[in-house]
Amino acid sequence: MNLKNALVGATALVSVSATAALAASHSSTITIATVNNGDMVRMQALTGKFNEAHPDINVEWVTLEENVLRQNVTTDITTGGGAYDVITIGTYEVPIWGKNDWLVSLNDGMADDWNAADLLPAIAGGLTVDDNLYAAPFYGESSMVMYRKDLMEKAGLEMPEAPTWDFIREAAAAMTDRDNEINGICARGKAGWGENMAFLTAMSNSFGARWFDEDWQAQFDSDAWANTLNFYLDMMAESGPQGAANNGFNENLTLFQQGKCGMWIDATVAASFVTGDDSTVADQVGFALAPDNGLGKRGNWLWAWSLAVPSSSDNIDAAKTFISWATSQGYTEIVAAEEGWANVPPGTRTSLYENADYLAAAPFAEMTLKSILSADPTNPTVDPVPYTGVQFVAIPEFAGIANQVGQEFSAALAGQQSAEEALENAQELTTEEMEAAGY
Amino acid sequence: MARAITKQKKIMWTALAWGLGLLIFFPILWTFLTSFKSEVTAISDPPVWFFFDWTTENYTAVLERSNYPLALTNSIIIAVGSTILGIIFAVPAAWAMAFVPGPKTKDVLLWMLSTKMLPAVGVLYPLVLVAKWLGLMDSRILLIVILMLINLPIIVWMLYTYFREIPGEILEAARMDGASLKSEILYVLTPMAVPGIASTILLNIILAWNEAFWTILLTTVNAAPLTKFISSFSAPEGLFYAKLSAASIMAIAPILIMGWFSQKQLVRGLTFGAVK
Amino acid sequence: MATQQSRAAARLMIAPAVFVLLVWMLIPLCMTLYFSFADYRPLRGVFEAWIGFKNYESFLTSSSFLKAVGTTLWMVAGILSITIIGGILFALLLDQPMFGQGIVRILVIAPFFVMPTVSALVWKNMFFNVDNGLFSYLYKFFGMQPYDFLSQAPLFSIIVIVAWQWLPFATLILLTAVQSLSSEQLEAAEMDGAPGIKRFWYIILPHLSRAVTVVILIQTIFLLSIFAEIFVTTNGAFGTRTLTYLVYQRVLESQNIGLGSAGGIIAVILANIVAIFLMRIVGKNLDK
Repeated sequence: MNLKNALVGATALVSVSATAALAASHSSTITIATVNNGDMVRMQALTGKFNEAHPDINVEWVTLEENVLRQNVTTDITTGGGAYDVITIGTYEVPIWGKNDWLVSLNDGMADDWNAADLLPAIAGGLTVDDNLYAAPFYGESSMVMYRKDLMEKAGLEMPEAPTWDFIREAAAAMTDRDNEINGICARGKAGWGENMAFLTAMSNSFGARWFDEDWQAQFDSDAWANTLNFYLDMMAESGPQGAANNGFNENLTLFQQGKCGMWIDATVAASFVTGDDSTVADQVGFALAPDNGLGKRGNWLWAWSLAVPSSSDNIDAAKTFISWATSQGYTEIVAAEEGWANVPPGTRTSLYENADYLAAAPFAEMTLKSILSADPTNPTVDPVPYTGVQFVAIPEFAGIANQVGQEFSAALAGQQSAEEALENAQELTTEEMEAAGY
Repeated sequence: MARAITKQKKIMWTALAWGLGLLIFFPILWTFLTSFKSEVTAISDPPVWFFFDWTTENYTAVLERSNYPLALTNSIIIAVGSTILGIIFAVPAAWAMAFVPGPKTKDVLLWMLSTKMLPAVGVLYPLVLVAKWLGLMDSRILLIVILMLINLPIIVWMLYTYFREIPGEILEAARMDGASLKSEILYVLTPMAVPGIASTILLNIILAWNEAFWTILLTTVNAAPLTKFISSFSAPEGLFYAKLSAASIMAIAPILIMGWFSQKQLVRGLTFGAVK
Repeated sequence: MATQQSRAAARLMIAPAVFVLLVWMLIPLCMTLYFSFADYRPLRGVFEAWIGFKNYESFLTSSSFLKAVGTTLWMVAGILSITIIGGILFALLLDQPMFGQGIVRILVIAPFFVMPTVSALVWKNMFFNVDNGLFSYLYKFFGMQPYDFLSQAPLFSIIVIVAWQWLPFATLILLTAVQSLSSEQLEAAEMDGAPGIKRFWYIILPHLSRAVTVVILIQTIFLLSIFAEIFVTTNGAFGTRTLTYLVYQRVLESQNIGLGSAGGIIAVILANIVAIFLMRIVGKNLDK
């Protein structure tokens, strides 16, 4: 082992990497952090099209799994790291981060043909703080029921456009055929504020439950929550898939595509996947609004994966140019030309739902729009609440609390504890955390 | 009398060892096979083993979507760089501890090991703030230094235990002959220490290659190694087993191959003083 | 034997390593210590430099703390027992005469080269998954209902994954130890007519004790900070939240840096208690 050579080698390596880093910081490169969801991966693949229009802007992609992305982006933004010029965040983060002045307002500096007035008001509203739009929606989603028409028919039932929870449970039981690996209902069970808690919080709204009362007191000890959780656990026990406690969006999608779900209540954005090429049941899928209990609220949520510019970015103008491109009407046309209309990112613009080509290609368009329009983040629950957000509570503490509550509920679904125990634990830990946060 | 080895016995041991060996290796083999299947074949029921349409489409898709060459380069530079740097610091320290033990030597050694107990996430914010202040975020040099520091205690410990096994009489003899400290190290010790150093280097490259907390959180693009590359293929929408398998094989193959070729060297010095 | 001069030289040689580790210890650790007494919640824009021991109090009294300590200990103990027992068996097996010993050894040490994220992903999706995992096909093949490992036996599943990764390490160290056992000793025992079990118990096992302690020490250091395997498989659900993971949740998920830092300091203290305890044993064993 020649130590001297090794030392020289190490020094050379160090200087090479240092120069590389220096060179990168002087070019007009923007770094984009995004989720590895299908629509974003497609956006990444279309970078070439962006460069045709903007050859001066070099784009670097950091495409990560959702949880890892959150770790990276949150650490960067809270420390003012400045590593990213465009970040992909959701309806939950935007108001909180915008309020802290961590994001750049998109009220000005966007391309001229980027039509802000065309954005769906419900979606844009969730991304706006004090009249400043802090993120541009890339795709928007609510949740709805996706069901198998053939299985529904076999069960001798007909899906109404706006089903009740009781109907869903009854239909699920009727469709379930465990010997043939058909589960009547698939729903999220995997712990996480964006996984099972998104589903359960939205569901609880339709059961008349709420996270907090007007004095910010946790409400998991209420009857409404007990009803929600018991209904969910019973229904999943009767007709849900095995291992439901590990199933998030993606796992359920796979199940549905394999024909193992009779119904699936989840994000509207899934519609293009279950009717797409990977699906074995593509021609048998019907859509209905998320269920309700006749209390005036439906169990559907509202979410928009959005592109935002951190204030710590050095390339704000270039970043805005990219966002203008990726969230424009023009972008949907590019995707339509490359992949077909059914695959364009949905749920952000009014014009898309007036586009005859889109409506013809996407059988789920109407139900998606109806679902999005029926969600009301400013008034999400039956009883009054001090917070906004349908499937989340727009306070910084929520993610941490809901992750833990989600684990309690997931453990109940896995049969490790009863609904009562889960709710008791949830109540205790939420109260604890909220007190610590100074409420 | 030598131990009687009947042929029958040997065959029996062979069968048992191969069976268990394949069982341990199976997850990697299965990942390898899956990486050549189509997404639909990857989850077919019942599973298919060897007879399917072998395809390289997953590898193509992975290469298209991410900058594998860059991630690979970064992994190599970071793993090798941190190891070399660690060796530079550790060899003198371990040598001194082994051959000139003082009353405090053991305490110093134990203290070093205890620095490894620092839970990474607990010091995440301090470290990010320091790195940002130094302007070193997303740089290879930062990761080289941090991984070096994380693994330094293990390197020192490993070298120390190895050096201790080198008989002191040889040094005495060299010293009698009037060898200086420098030549003592260079001509007497180094040749004897090579197996230990080699296996330390190998072990440390493996540890650095597989480190998946700092390498993910302190990098964005320029310094992002294979650990971060993998994160973009875990659990995307839709079927992903085949692509995940392809990306996994691409991430572990270089280190696996290195490990196989150098396993003799790795094993020779990997004792941590376990053998008297 | 050491002269004054060589002692001074030795100190000089140790100094750089000690110095960098000291810096590494002190800068982040001091900052963590500083944060642990602060109310630091960046998402709220809150930074109050001194709130006394409040963070420590809430971390220690929260219901999740003791559970997390218990989970950590179970996890480490489980992994250690599997790798050590498995390692001894494999070491003895690999020491037997056989064809293609080199290849078998390659097969057995392979998992050690697999990065934790990859092995967790592969095990989770391709083996444990209840719908498409291989184990489920196996269950179905034998006409049984597939078992949902990750929610029904979550701790066990993670232990299996990590043990798979560390078994090669234990095997390698123990193999070297087994091979160093002089065959005369064994032969003498064989001639005395000592049966296999007795030979193992009275000759082989005592000989391996040193190697076993080393394996325990080194592995414990790494196992106490397991993160990727939990993050990928259960995200800390179903009672798999270790102390490290709890600190992670406080820091990154709740964005309560003060509380998380206090947790980090507590974790360091506990880990060092375990370490000192372990090293006492190892130190004794190594001095023999």
